Amino acid sequence: MKILVPAKRVPDPNSTIKVKTDGSGIVTDGLKWVINPFDEIAIEEALRIKEKLGGGEVVLAGIGSKASSEQLRTGLAMGADRAILVVTEEAIDSLAVARILHKLVEAEKVDLVLMGKQAIDADSNQAGQMLAELLGWPQATFASQVELAADQKSAKVTREVDGGLEVIELPLPAVVTADLRLNEPRYASLPGIMKARKKELKEIPLADLGVDTAPRLKVVKMEPPAKRQGGRKVETVQDLIQALHSEAKVI
Amino acid sequence: MGDVLVFAEHVKGKLPKTTLAGIAAGKQAASRLGGACHAAVLGKGVDAVAAEVAAYGVSKVFVVESDALEHYVADAYTDALAQVVKDKGIEMLVATSTAVGKDLLPRVAARLGAGMASEVVHFNEDGTLTRPMYAGNVIATVKIEGSPQVVSVRATAFDAAKKEGSGAVEKLSASLDAAKLKTRFVEFKETKSDRPVLTEASIVVSGGRGLKNGENFTTYLEPLCEALGAAMGASRAAVDAGFVPNDLQVGQTGKVVAPTLYIAVGISGAIQHLAGMKDSKTIVAINKDAEAPIFQVADYGLVADLFKAVPELTEEVKKLKH
Ligand SMILES: Cc1cc2nc3c(=O)[nH]c(=O)nc-3n(C[C@H](O)[C@H](O)[C@H](O)COP(=O)(O)OP(=O)(O)OC[C@H]3O[C@@H](n4cnc5c(N)ncnc54)[C@H](O)[C@@H]3O)c2cc1C
Repeated sequence: MKILVPAKRVPDPNSTIKVKTDGSGIVTDGLKWVINPFDEIAIEEALRIKEKLGGGEVVLAGIGSKASSEQLRTGLAMGADRAILVVTEEAIDSLAVARILHKLVEAEKVDLVLMGKQAIDADSNQAGQMLAELLGWPQATFASQVELAADQKSAKVTREVDGGLEVIELPLPAVVTADLRLNEPRYASLPGIMKARKKELKEIPLADLGVDTAPRLKVVKMEPPAKRQGGRKVETVQDLIQALHSEAKVI
Repeated sequence: MGDVLVFAEHVKGKLPKTTLAGIAAGKQAASRLGGACHAAVLGKGVDAVAAEVAAYGVSKVFVVESDALEHYVADAYTDALAQVVKDKGIEMLVATSTAVGKDLLPRVAARLGAGMASEVVHFNEDGTLTRPMYAGNVIATVKIEGSPQVVSVRATAFDAAKKEGSGAVEKLSASLDAAKLKTRFVEFKETKSDRPVLTEASIVVSGGRGLKNGENFTTYLEPLCEALGAAMGASRAAVDAGFVPNDLQVGQTGKVVAPTLYIAVGISGAIQHLAGMKDSKTIVAINKDAEAPIFQVADYGLVADLFKAVPELTEEVKKLKH
């Protein structure tokens, strides 16, 4: 089974994000960059499927500046077999991402796409669903469990939805997007890191794909959020209940 | 003239508050675009719920009924909803960012070749939209190019629509190609609870890793929820550890809530958690670490051992209510 896993370069979730004073973007100086945490979960799931089946291939796909190769190398060090980086300096929206991935999926003849449910920078939660539609494939978003059928022709996916868990069954090929509880991603081992240096990481200029990537969603301006006024400390439970009852009047 | 279509999600024949917020958002959008606000109700046996949607002051309610729409599945719902958008010349499709909305809308957008903005909190006069990015560290002004536009909205940013007037219900026949529908609904494992729904409650009590285990949620947090009539929420750490079910997670990648009162117990206040609750009216934090970041957003902070403070608070609330 050939599994494609898109992996995005995003700021470390623990870093402090500041907006540039001119509102044109975020301050990137000194930021640490990582694989989008949800994509890391997707990579882990792909590796587990490959290990369980005792064969197959896990191909990573990045879209972005050449710096994104750093994150792809990390994914290769986790155990992915090879990587493709579609190189562009442009801002790419979710529909364009889906269109680019659509091309790659067709060129690579992939059986399954595993991806993160959202990227923690734009927080859009769109690309997987859009890709599934462009391919005419079924989708299972927000997956917390993926069970492949013995014949590898379908999958049963448990999804994290409102009010509980939903189980759906879908034929492959399909697009599955990972939620937090799908697994705990492994760390790249030292031998893994050594091996990753020799693995194939192919760069393709975006223009070579011939995809319409004109953004349908444009960011006009960024601002920091309004700061919430901090309150005060109360000494005792009695003080707290007083404050909530007489001051805030919420109970 | 740009008409707006709101996808009206219904749960067990009822309209959750999130849907009413979506209708309110659709009306705001329609007033900006100078068009009408319509709604779409999809499902099987949905006459009653369609009539109810009509009472919330939308111009028309388009109803698509089919066996294939009995349970929500992305492919069948995409077929039906995209057809309504096309047939009715809709300029903007709106739905609330619930689990269903998040799953469905991007797929419909791709079908329509449309741009989409997620988790929109405001429709601006100049046609731009406001939405958070980077776990709420950035408030972005965005613009969708081309037509139609697809927008998912954050329920907490819009007051629930009120009943006013009565729209016409129009039944549409869907041509759903059953052979092309691939996804099969197997089962829904519902989280059983007598407490209010997290996204509807006016009081939310959330627990974090500080609770230490699932039993403590039952022993310490549940009685407080009970006394306050509150919904229960949790941090990611508490959910990951299996203390409580997944759908209680509040935050950037869980549920976004904005109740009148939010009480965070044994939660440190990571940015990803704050992203899901910092618009609450009054925030209380109970944490034994005086330096915990949660205190920076709390209106009232109590530095205390939760295992002592929570039972005391529960007793005080009970006294107050008597
Ligand atoms: C991609 C990604 C997405 C994420 N999405 C979310 C999300 O949606 N929601 C979310 O919540 N998190 C999310 N997180 C996780 C987030 O970064 C934090 O790790 C998490 O919120 C921490 O949970 P916590 O506050 O319960 O645990 P901790 O940070 O461990 O805090 C526990 C707190 O309990 C206090 N405590 C301990 N014992 C007691 C006691 N006896 N009495 C009083 N206080 C006590 C401690 O002082 C501490 O402050 C995400 C992270 C990533 C990387």
